Amino acid sequence: MKNEWPLWEVFIRGQHGLSHRHFGSLHAPDAEMAIKNARDVYTRRNEGVSIWVVEAVNVSASSPEDKGAFYEPSNSKVYRHPTFFDIPDEVGSM
Amino acid sequence: MYAQMVKTDGTGVKDRAEMSADEQAFQDRIDRGEKIEPKDWMPDNYRRTLIRQIGQHAHSEIVGQLPEGNWITRAPTLERKAILLAKVQDEAGHGLYLYGAAETLGVTRDALTEDLLAGRMKYSSIFNYPTLNWADMGAVGWLVDGAAIINQVALQRTSYGPYARAMVRICKEESFHARQGFHIMMKMARGTKEQKAMAQDALNRLWYPVLMMFGPSDKDSVHTAQSMAWKIKMDTNDELRQKFVDQTVQQIEYLGLELPDPNTKWNDETGQYDYSDPDWTEFFDVIKGNGPCNVDRLAARNKAWDDGKWVRDGLMAHAAKKTAAKLAAE
Amino acid sequence: MDKDLFQYLLRLGDNTLVLGHRVSEWCGHAPVLEEDIALANTALDLIGQTQLWLGLAAEVEGAGRDADKLAMLRDIWGFRNLLLVELPNGDFGRTLMRQFLFDAWQVINLGRLMKSSDPRVAEIAAKASKEAAYHVERSADTVVGLGDGTAESHARMQAALEYLWPYVGEMFVGDDVDAALVAAGVVPDPASLREEYDAFVGRIFATATLEMPESRFTHKGGKNGAFHTEHLGHMLCSMQWLQRAYPGASW
Ligand SMILES: [Fe+2]
Ligand SMILES: [Fe+2]
Ligand SMILES: [Fe+2]
Repeated sequence: MKNEWPLWEVFIRGQHGLSHRHFGSLHAPDAEMAIKNARDVYTRRNEGVSIWVVEAVNVSASSPEDKGAFYEPSNSKVYRHPTFFDIPDEVGSM
Repeated sequence: MYAQMVKTDGTGVKDRAEMSADEQAFQDRIDRGEKIEPKDWMPDNYRRTLIRQIGQHAHSEIVGQLPEGNWITRAPTLERKAILLAKVQDEAGHGLYLYGAAETLGVTRDALTEDLLAGRMKYSSIFNYPTLNWADMGAVGWLVDGAAIINQVALQRTSYGPYARAMVRICKEESFHARQGFHIMMKMARGTKEQKAMAQDALNRLWYPVLMMFGPSDKDSVHTAQSMAWKIKMDTNDELRQKFVDQTVQQIEYLGLELPDPNTKWNDETGQYDYSDPDWTEFFDVIKGNGPCNVDRLAARNKAWDDGKWVRDGLMAHAAKKTAAKLAAE
Repeated sequence: MDKDLFQYLLRLGDNTLVLGHRVSEWCGHAPVLEEDIALANTALDLIGQTQLWLGLAAEVEGAGRDADKLAMLRDIWGFRNLLLVELPNGDFGRTLMRQFLFDAWQVINLGRLMKSSDPRVAEIAAKASKEAAYHVERSADTVVGLGDGTAESHARMQAALEYLWPYVGEMFVGDDVDAALVAAGVVPDPASLREEYDAFVGRIFATATLEMPESRFTHKGGKNGAFHTEHLGHMLCSMQWLQRAYPGASW
C-alpha cells in the first residue's frame, strides 16, 4: 500500500528579509509537522525567522524564476561555516 | 561522480536535422543559457535522464551518510562529534533537496527510494568502501566531498532550474565539509606517529576509489555528449578528474604525506600532473554490486526503511484523523 | 558547596552527553529523511549543552580538566546521568518516548535553573531552555502522532511507555547534593518538579490515547553513581575508544 507523506513547499523569511522566499520542499504528514520539519531542514544555519508551508498540490504555478537560497550567519553552530576551519593559503582553494 | 554513468536513451547527440520543432526550440533555450523549469516543455529523454541523474545523486547523498555515520559514536572529542554529526546531517539534507528537485519532474521520493532499495538504481561507487580509522573522516571530507564539489560547482549552471538551485544550496554547505575534513587531516598528519600512520593509511586506501568517482575515462563514456548538449553534465569525466588531481597533489604535499601514486608527476608540457589510472575492473565490479560494502550499505538502507514503515504510517494515520475531525467540526 | 555543585553539573552534563550520544546513533537510519535531520538537530543541541555544563563542571572542579576530559576519560563509576538516558534506543517509538520523558523534565528543570542564584548556571540554563522548549514540542507531537496513529504504532508506543516508566522517578529523587544546593538557592528541589511533570505528561498521554502507568516504582543509581545499567559501559567503549587507545593525542 502506498502511503507517502504529502509534499510541501517551504517559504522562509530571513532575519533581515522583507518577505518569504521559496526555499525548497519536503514531506510531512500535515501542515504542523511540515512547519517543524522545515525548521529542522531549512534553518540549520539560522536562515530564517518565519516559515510558511503550502501543500504542493495546492500551488498553481506559471514558470517560476527563483533566484536561489540565501543564508544568514549562524550564531551557535559556527563549525558549520567553512571559515571556522583555518586552512593555510598554501593549500589552495577549498 | 555522485551520478556516475547515467544512461541517456540512445547514443550520441541528436542531430539538429533529426529534431522536431519543439526539440529545436528547447535546445535553443539551453544554448542561450536559459533555465528549464518544471512546467516547461521538455523532451522525454531529457526528463528521464534527469530523473535518473538527480535520483542517483540523491541516493549517493543518503547512502553516503553511512560510511561517515560509522564514526559518529567514536569521534574523539565533543567538538569533533558535533562537527561530524552536522556534516552527515547535511548530507541527509542534500539528499532531501535533490529528491525534491527530482519530484518536480513527476516522480515521487518514495518511488525513487524503492528503486534504490531494490537495486534498480545506483549510487556513487565511493560509498561502497569502508571507513576504517578516524583519519578516514578527514580523508572523506577532504577528498570525497572535495571531488564532489568540483562536479557540483559546475552543476550550479546546469540547465534544469530546480537541480541548479539545489546545487547552489548544496555547494554552500559542501565547503564546510571539505574544510572540516582537511582540518582533521592536518591534525592527524602533524600528530603522533600513530596518527600520521592513520592519515597515510586513509589517503592510500581512498585515493583510487576517489579517482573512480569521476566515472570511466572519456573514451569509454558513451552518454557524455548528449548530456553535455543538454547541460546536465558540464565537463567530461577526465577533465574533472584532472582538475581534482591537480588541486589535490599540492594539498598532499602540504600535509607532508606521501603521494599514494608514485607515478604522480608534474608534466611541464601539458601543464598538469600525470597520474595512474585507477583499476577500472575494480570500478566495474563495485558498480555491479561487488564492492567491499555494497551488500551492507543496501541492507542498512533497507532496514531503516522497513523498520520505519510503522512510523511513517502511524504519523500519516494521525494526520488523517485530525483532518477528518476538523472537517466534521466545520 | 563547590563539591556539590560539581556533582550537580556532572549530572546535567552527563544527561545531555549520554542522551545526545544515543540520539546521534540514529543518524542515517531514521524512518524518513525529515526525522533523520530533526534527530540530528536534537543530538547537536544536546552535545552543545554538554560542552557548556561539563565545561562549567571542570571550571568548578578546578583540577585542570575540561569538558572533553570529563566526557572521554571518566570510567563508568564517574558518570552521573539518569538511567533513563543510557537505555538503548530500541525502536523509533522508544527513542522518541525516552526523548519526550526527558524533555518534559528538562524543560521544567531548566526553567527553574534560569532563576539560579549562581549566574553561570542561570546563563547556561537560559540558552539550553530555548532548545529544550523546541525539543519537547517536537517529541510531544511525535508521541501524540504515534500514540494516536495506527493500531501498531499505538501498541508500540504503549509498550515503550511501560518499558521506560520505571526510570522516570529517578528525576525526582533528591539527595544531599541536591539539598545543599537547594538551600543555597542554586537549584530547585527535584521532588518539587513532579507535580508539574505528571500534569504535563499526563495531558500529552491523554491526547496520545496512551495509558500512563500507575506505579511509582523507580530504578535509581545513575544520578548518584551508585550503579548504572550494563548498557552504559558499552557506550563508553565506543565513545571513549580513541582517547583511551591513544592517550595524549590531539584530535
Ligand atoms: Fe553532499
Ligand atoms: Fe557529499
Ligand atoms: Fe558533503
